Amino acid sequence: MKLMVNGEAHEVAATTLAELLAALDYEGDWLATAVNSDLVHKAGRAEFQLSDGDRIEILSPMQGG
Amino acid sequence: MFELFGTTLASRLLLGTAQHPSPAILADAVKASGTSVVTVSLRREMAGGRAGEKFWSLIRSLGVRILPNTAGCHSVQEAVTTAKMAREVFGTNWIKLEVIGNHDTLQPDVFGLVEAARILCEDGFAVLPYTTDDLVVAERLLEAGCNVLMPWCAPIGSALGPVNIMALRSMRGHFPGVPLIVDAGLGRPSHAATVMELGFDAVLLNTAVARAADPVGMARAFGKAVEAGREAFSSGMLEPRDVAVPSTPTIGRAVFS
Repeated sequence: MKLMVNGEAHEVAATTLAELLAALDYEGDWLATAVNSDLVHKAGRAEFQLSDGDRIEILSPMQGG
Repeated sequence: MFELFGTTLASRLLLGTAQHPSPAILADAVKASGTSVVTVSLRREMAGGRAGEKFWSLIRSLGVRILPNTAGCHSVQEAVTTAKMAREVFGTNWIKLEVIGNHDTLQPDVFGLVEAARILCEDGFAVLPYTTDDLVVAERLLEAGCNVLMPWCAPIGSALGPVNIMALRSMRGHFPGVPLIVDAGLGRPSHAATVMELGFDAVLLNTAVARAADPVGMARAFGKAVEAGREAFSSGMLEPRDVAVPSTPTIGRAVFS
C-alpha cells in the first residue's frame, strides 16, 4: 500500500495506523497522529484501517512562539 | 496575580520557547522571566527521531503551564486539526489559535480565525486567538465563544513595539472585562511596560527574549517591565499636561530682593 507519511511517499505492508508507526520506528506517548487531515486518537490507532493513498501526519512537541 | 480560564497565574508574562540558542538557555530564560505559561508547537517528527521527546521532557521539568499554538496554519481545517492534536499530546484544552493570512506580515486571517475559534470553542477548547486590534473582529471572536483576546501590537518578530497606541487604547476601553493579552511585535521591555500601562492584562513574547544577546538577562528585564507597567496602571498615572507645574512647594520660599 502506498501512503504519504509526513509528506514523504512510503510503500508499506502495515494495514493499521498502529502497525505503520511500529514499522517506521515511531514510538512514545508524545506523538499525535492525523490521517487525511483528521485527528486519530492514540487509543484508536490499533483499529484504524489505512487505505491506499492516505496522507498521514505524525507530529511531536516542538519549540513555538 | 492574573486569572485566565479560572486558573490563577503568578506572572503576566507569557513566554515563547522558540529560537533560543540552546535548551539550557531556554530553561534559564523561563526561570528568569518568572513566567507561568510558555507556548509550544507541534511539528513533523522524523521516523525514529527523539527531538520531540527531549523538548517535551525539558518543558515538563520547568513546572509551568503549557499553551500550545497553531503557528504556521493557513486554513481553518489545518488550525482545527492541529489544535485537536495538541490537546491530545499536551493534555490541555488551552490553544493559542493562529490562522495566518499573509506570508509577509504574518497577520491573522481574521475571517478564518473567527470560524476556527467557533469550531474549537464548541468543542470545549479554551481559545486564545491571535488577532489584530480591530474592534469588530474582536466582537466576532467574543460572539464565537472566546473569553480572551490576543491582539498584535506589530508584526510577529518585528520588535517594533506598539505601532498603534490609539487602537490598543480603544480596545482596552471597549472590552473592560475581557482579559487582553498583547501578542506579537514587542521588542523591548519598555514596549511591554507601555502596553501594561494601558491596562492590558498580560503580554506574550518570544523573539525579543530568544534573539537577545543575553536571553536570560532580557527575560528578567521583561519580567520586571511587565510588573512595573501593571503596577503603574493600578496606581493611577498622571495625565500629560502642556504646562509646567512646580513640584517643590512655592509657599514659604525665601525672598532675597
